[in-house]
Amino acid sequence: MSLLRVDGLSKKFGGLNAVEDLSFDIQPGAVYSIIGPNGAGKTTLLNLLSGVYQPSAGHISFGEHDLTGRPPHEYASHGIARTFQNLQVFFNMSALENVMVGRYLHERSGLVSALMRSRRLARAEDACREEAAELMRYVGLHDYLSAAADAMPYGALKRLEIARALATEPKLMLLDEPAAGLNPTEALELDDLIGRLTGRGVTVVLVEHNMRLVMGVSDHILVLDYGRKLAEGPAAAVRNDPKVIEAYLGSAVAHDGSFESGIASAVAVAVEMRR
Amino acid sequence: MSAQFMQYLLTGLTVGAIYALVALGFSIIFNASHVINFAQGEFVMIGGMATVSLTGSGLPYMLAIPLAIVAAALVGLALEKFAVEPARGASVVTLIIITIGASIFLRGLAMVVWDKRLHALKPFTGDTPIAIAGAAILPQSLWVLGVTLAIVLALSWFFGRTLLGKAMLATSHNRLAAQLVGINVRMVLFLSFGLSAALGAVAGILIAPITLTSYDVGVMLGLKGFAAAILGGLGSGIGAVIGGLALGIAETMSAGYLSSAYKDAIAFVIILAVLFFMPSGLFGKRGGERV
Repeated sequence: MSLLRVDGLSKKFGGLNAVEDLSFDIQPGAVYSIIGPNGAGKTTLLNLLSGVYQPSAGHISFGEHDLTGRPPHEYASHGIARTFQNLQVFFNMSALENVMVGRYLHERSGLVSALMRSRRLARAEDACREEAAELMRYVGLHDYLSAAADAMPYGALKRLEIARALATEPKLMLLDEPAAGLNPTEALELDDLIGRLTGRGVTVVLVEHNMRLVMGVSDHILVLDYGRKLAEGPAAAVRNDPKVIEAYLGSAVAHDGSFESGIASAVAVAVEMRR
Repeated sequence: MSAQFMQYLLTGLTVGAIYALVALGFSIIFNASHVINFAQGEFVMIGGMATVSLTGSGLPYMLAIPLAIVAAALVGLALEKFAVEPARGASVVTLIIITIGASIFLRGLAMVVWDKRLHALKPFTGDTPIAIAGAAILPQSLWVLGVTLAIVLALSWFFGRTLLGKAMLATSHNRLAAQLVGINVRMVLFLSFGLSAALGAVAGILIAPITLTSYDVGVMLGLKGFAAAILGGLGSGIGAVIGGLALGIAETMSAGYLSSAYKDAIAFVIILAVLFFMPSGLFGKRGGERV
């Protein structure tokens, strides 16, 4: 049975169809990448899959639950976590507290019990603190255990978001451009981290422009273009799909040169244009 | 230090502690929603007036005070549920106007349910002044200072050490990220109204034996608490406490050494000065968003 099922999903912003009639299934345990040119609707799709946007049409079901139209915190409580392309960190807290907040769903004690059973709570808080520290080490943030979030460098904050997302004990993790803004060494370390995530039993949905990363870790790739599905399938099949190459580079280039170098230059152009 | 100065200082600290409690109420709701709840003063009034009528019906303080606090908290929760939540998605300014309407409504309701007279509460433990360094302090003032200190400690424990408190802090900083780790931000807003109302009620009960209470006592106390919150920096817990104490002391000093006619003006002069010269207050967030 598929973990996530998307059926006829559409999102309109005024007259623009950011995502249009999209259907796909995500199987548990896989790394499922979503690629496409800038403006293809990738981030819109992630926002739909995490409840940040409500779809204009279509359904999203997760396991046996229909989550269509539910608020974001319910997506989280069913086991969908995400990170952001532009960081969404709680800068008014320490790094460790950021991850601890991620434990909220699992360690929640009501206001009354917080006031009545303070000793038990103190123990629970220590355990929570330790778990959060463990997750920070897991993503490679050993050096930032006592850092304030607003004193951390960009690459570390990206990992911090992953640790916070992991703290919610997700079944499905949506990573929105985790490699953007990282240097090549940091980007290489992401391969390893994503591999370990699936090793933990977390299914990963990856939105990414770094083709080396996408081709290296993905089991399955969905290609979007103007909000529609352009191609979908195993990584090896998608990388040789002429339609995909055309969407990235235009048809003239589609017939010569290797796809990967083509994609790399297309990405370089795209990055250039964003500046 | 002259005995006179000492006397003004002690009086200032006492009123300041009350302003601090009201200011904390403003900050908690502001953090959860960026709304300035102008009905905060009405919670103060409900606390005092409910205690007056409960003790009047023969209940001892031990019962009347907790019941009055619960009553105010329920009013706060109801205000969120029936006035703020239905307008969800409206702009912050709209929500602020709703709270102004709610405060007028609650004041009118209090006038009908109770009356328009001034009421006095008996001091909790006698009214024999205690001499400190040549100044006299009422036992009730010690109650005010002690309870305020206890509440400040309890709140800092709550926000610093409990996950629910951290969830509220997280929501104040970034609603989107808070939602996506599973925090129900609407529930946080709901709770913050209950908590703020309870804080306001405690302030109203503590001060009632010293300054009397009536249906409209919330207007001035609410505005003073607002001034204290602005001075300390809206949204900052420590700022609310320091702002409250500073405002209380400034007020009694000016009443003592200048003229008591200007006592109430001080709060408004401070609001204007802070907004002109340091809009983020003493402890407020400074600078822009990090990108």
